Amino acid sequence: MNAPTRYFDDSVKGFITWSIIWGTVSVLVGILISLQLAWPQLNVAPYLTYGRLRPIHTNAGIFGWGIGSFIGMFFYITQRLTKTPLWSPGLARVTLWLFNIGITSAAVTLAMGINRTKEYAELEWPLAVVVAIIWVLFSVNVFMTILKRKEEQMYISLWYIMAALVGVTVLYVVNNLGMPLHLFKSYPIFAGTNDANVQWWYGHNAVAMVLTAPPLALFYYFLPKVTGNPIYSHRMGIIAFWSLIFMYLWTGAHHLLWTPLPDWIQTLAMAFSVMLIAPSWGAVFNGYLTMDGKWEQMKTNYLVKFLICGITFYGLQTLQGPMQSIRTFSAFIHYTDWVPGHVHMGTLGWVSMILFAAIYYVITKMSDTEIYSVKLADIHFWLILVGQLIYSFTMWIAGVQQGSMLLATNPDGSLHYSFMETMIAILPYYKIRAISGFIYLAGLAVFIYNIYKTFQKGAASQPAKA
Amino acid sequence: MLEKNPVIFIILAFVVIMVGTTITMIAPFKWINGAGDRIAEVKPYTPLQQEGRDIYMREGCNNCHSQTVRTLASDVERYGNGGGYSKSGEFVYDRPHLWGSRRTGPDLARIGLKYPDPKGGWHRKHMENPQAVVPASNMPAYKFLNKPLDTTYSERKMKLLKFPYTQADLDELNGKTEMDAIIAYMRKLGTDIPVKKAEAASVAPVAQKNPFSDLKSVKEDAEALYKQHCASCHGEKRTGGVGTALKGSAKSDTELFSLIAKGVEANGMPAFSGSLDEQKIWKLVTYIKLGKQDD
Repeated sequence: MNAPTRYFDDSVKGFITWSIIWGTVSVLVGILISLQLAWPQLNVAPYLTYGRLRPIHTNAGIFGWGIGSFIGMFFYITQRLTKTPLWSPGLARVTLWLFNIGITSAAVTLAMGINRTKEYAELEWPLAVVVAIIWVLFSVNVFMTILKRKEEQMYISLWYIMAALVGVTVLYVVNNLGMPLHLFKSYPIFAGTNDANVQWWYGHNAVAMVLTAPPLALFYYFLPKVTGNPIYSHRMGIIAFWSLIFMYLWTGAHHLLWTPLPDWIQTLAMAFSVMLIAPSWGAVFNGYLTMDGKWEQMKTNYLVKFLICGITFYGLQTLQGPMQSIRTFSAFIHYTDWVPGHVHMGTLGWVSMILFAAIYYVITKMSDTEIYSVKLADIHFWLILVGQLIYSFTMWIAGVQQGSMLLATNPDGSLHYSFMETMIAILPYYKIRAISGFIYLAGLAVFIYNIYKTFQKGAASQPAKA
Repeated sequence: MLEKNPVIFIILAFVVIMVGTTITMIAPFKWINGAGDRIAEVKPYTPLQQEGRDIYMREGCNNCHSQTVRTLASDVERYGNGGGYSKSGEFVYDRPHLWGSRRTGPDLARIGLKYPDPKGGWHRKHMENPQAVVPASNMPAYKFLNKPLDTTYSERKMKLLKFPYTQADLDELNGKTEMDAIIAYMRKLGTDIPVKKAEAASVAPVAQKNPFSDLKSVKEDAEALYKQHCASCHGEKRTGGVGTALKGSAKSDTELFSLIAKGVEANGMPAFSGSLDEQKIWKLVTYIKLGKQDD
């Protein structure tokens, strides 16, 4: 390599660092609200009540941890895949500033009760505008880098990235259309059943465009990097890609089964949700088959463990999701704790596992050093895995138990259990869930310590080289 | 070519995304909230109710309470309160919809039918201290809503939402608290549609006589039922509270049965025929009639 391309990684580092901070906030708030559900006296009115904190938990998780780290990662891998320096490092720095201002303001305004109530689109209009600007600035930077690329072929990761750029923009803008009353309050332009349909078209495709396409882009990039095996089938990747982004957009209404939404929309959503198993598992198989002949790396390479466990949870998630989308099963578990159990397998198991692997990899590359401690990375892995499994399993059990109690009727058609009886039955699970949160937090602490030490190690070795 | 041209790629990705979007999200605008959905009796919110709705949103009540009764028998039975499942036309004035996604607490789509008390006594007591009303509840206390309602934007809200209002509606806001507003909203929920009144036949006891004359065998059961369903209003010791004192009631068994089953709308006493079966109601009747000498 005579003239290696000089990559701009300052903002990569910045975004990753801040996303870890926001991710920690999300976990801490998550633990607090899980405790509040078991012990309501822990609500401190008005700012620290469950109703105001839960959106902070979800927004810090999705926007702070998820989108924050994806922006950093996309800056990193886009440069490598295009063999081109980032189009505008200055713009990337501005984006990071705006990102932190945006997320901080989000946390403050949500605690103040300024929110639109639409799930994962709670931020009031001035902040929604800031989020849209952040996303557009980031998208332009990535897209211009791709346009000016020196590597002609666009690897599959870039496809997922570009789909996310377009998809998130469309979804976020439409679901945030509103009529401002004043600076801190607006009403949506959609009403009632229309608003519900738009909301879940957005809500479910936020899962597609933020929590599926981006981690898949990372998975397709990092698995070959880490294992040294090329991806098993590029063609399968392409077919899975197009069918995934085609099918996802039909499925939002599976969040609205048995509601006043027209039946045909519900039925289409149900059918497409089941069909989505195919492209989802296309990616899973591509991952597994890439490991062919190198499965021993599950023992020898700590990053492979994160990546393969992550894609396995993706596979389980995309089987469980379609199952929940079927009317009869939805009648049983919708509105119960089964659903948080499902969501956390996706966010803690799939998305975060992939992000942890990506962060370990990128931080060591950028610091030009080895990881501070593989042993600590192993401990991190087991703590977050156990924490997440306890979380999901207790919530699945609680959901099935409460669901069956809520549906139970007497021979004369009257209800067998009062609502409170069903709630009292699941209280023990709430306590176990809170414990699982602490286990996960411990894992996160080990991760942060390991990353911090790796940074230090890298910084110490730099002057020697210069 | 696709692998080499990002501009064409991104346009194509947009088109692919828009197919499902157009069919399942944009096309339905043609039908939903249209003439076919409208229900004449459904009225927009008054300024006070809308203020209450905005407080409901501010406090994130939607994170624990849904507002749609699904078309499932158990949903209709548990949350319908005589109004049946939710219809699209009931939500045409809801910006945003507040259907929710999790029932950590009960569905509220027809809560206005459950506690018809014009003074909202149950709601007030429950909001201020949920555990005083429902001992095992995990709902946070909302006592802090006992503060003057900010009416700065009340009229502008009506105009923005294109809801009709009169000066009297605006005058009604004077001296109101946030608590008054959210209770006004609670009391409106689900009450617009014509309600099927519980028919006399459906709540008449099958057994015309109280089968639990042997008090001792059911006392424990009955006491638990009482604590769960009645104590919040009628007092732990049956000495009264929001509701009347019950201890050692002089009313006949069948009279009490009918009161519990049908409720007393004017006094705010809910009907329990939907949530308690006949056996349980008889047990309650038995327990209520226990006098001092039975303690």
